[in-house]
Amino acid sequence: MTSSVVLLALAVFLASCVEMVEALTIVLAVGVTRGWRSTLQGVGAAVGVLAVLVAALGPAIVTYVPLGVLRIVIGALLLVFGLQWLRKAVLRASGFKAKHDEDAIYRKEVARLSAIPRSAGRDPTAFTVAFKGVLLEGTEVIVIVLTLGITAHRLGLAVAAAAAAVVLVGVTGLIVARQLAGVPENAMKMGVGLMLVSFGTFWLGEGLGVGWPGRDLFILALIAGYGAACWLMTARLNQVREARAALP
Amino acid sequence: MLRSPRRSPPRVRPLRWASAFGRFWWDFLVGDTPELFVGMLIVLAVAAALGGAGVAAWVVVPLVVIAVLGLSVALGARRSGGT
Repeated sequence: MTSSVVLLALAVFLASCVEMVEALTIVLAVGVTRGWRSTLQGVGAAVGVLAVLVAALGPAIVTYVPLGVLRIVIGALLLVFGLQWLRKAVLRASGFKAKHDEDAIYRKEVARLSAIPRSAGRDPTAFTVAFKGVLLEGTEVIVIVLTLGITAHRLGLAVAAAAAAVVLVGVTGLIVARQLAGVPENAMKMGVGLMLVSFGTFWLGEGLGVGWPGRDLFILALIAGYGAACWLMTARLNQVREARAALP
Repeated sequence: MLRSPRRSPPRVRPLRWASAFGRFWWDFLVGDTPELFVGMLIVLAVAAALGGAGVAAWVVVPLVVIAVLGLSVALGARRSGGT
């Protein structure tokens, strides 16, 4: 197994963990407030839609889209997606953006859902909110699974890594229930962002004829280079914030 | 914020779904950081221009990516009132 394949599995796994923690926050809030039956039906329906998307889009994209075009489009998609994650992670690490507080989101959702009247039988609110939450967070996972899996010809591995993350977060969620704030989400987001931007740069360059020295191994150099740049940006912003705080 | 379910006439639903689909991709790719989307297009243009240039491309392309990220982070910090 090459280093790029290990990185791919790691990127998909960590990205899926981050998104699933966000989805689990919504599902727990709905389940605890509105009951579990309709909530789990909503989760099941969303997982079914996502599975159909992967099964339908994955082979279709591989069959009908030329590899060169695929690499450019996927590289561009990963680049913009990864840059969004990195930007947020740097701003959060330097205190310029509030950290993602799953406990606060949970409390807010519980308060909002408690105010909606309940109907007899199936609860459409629980079903819809759980369905939307899992579908929206899951779609981001699907984009990462499809883009990384297809370009590396490892769709099966990418799906397996995402499934492992779903199981891990699901089981952990059952055990620790609402202790989601303990998940080091920003550090994970920084790590995943670095990998997505590095893969994105690599595939985009491959598609446009950039000759990377060392081929796939250059992804590691990209991760190291981007990591150093993010560290410098975070350190610089920390300096600015501290200088501002020291002003009378 | 997730909304409560609302019923709409069947004829309007496809339009709503198309609109929601477009809005999803707009939020997904552009959202509140249009500079990153524009930056990605610049990276694309630089990589296309330097693709066959050998050494320059694998040095320049990652540097452009870092510059785009640096600019967006600086803008984000400024918007949050820090710099």
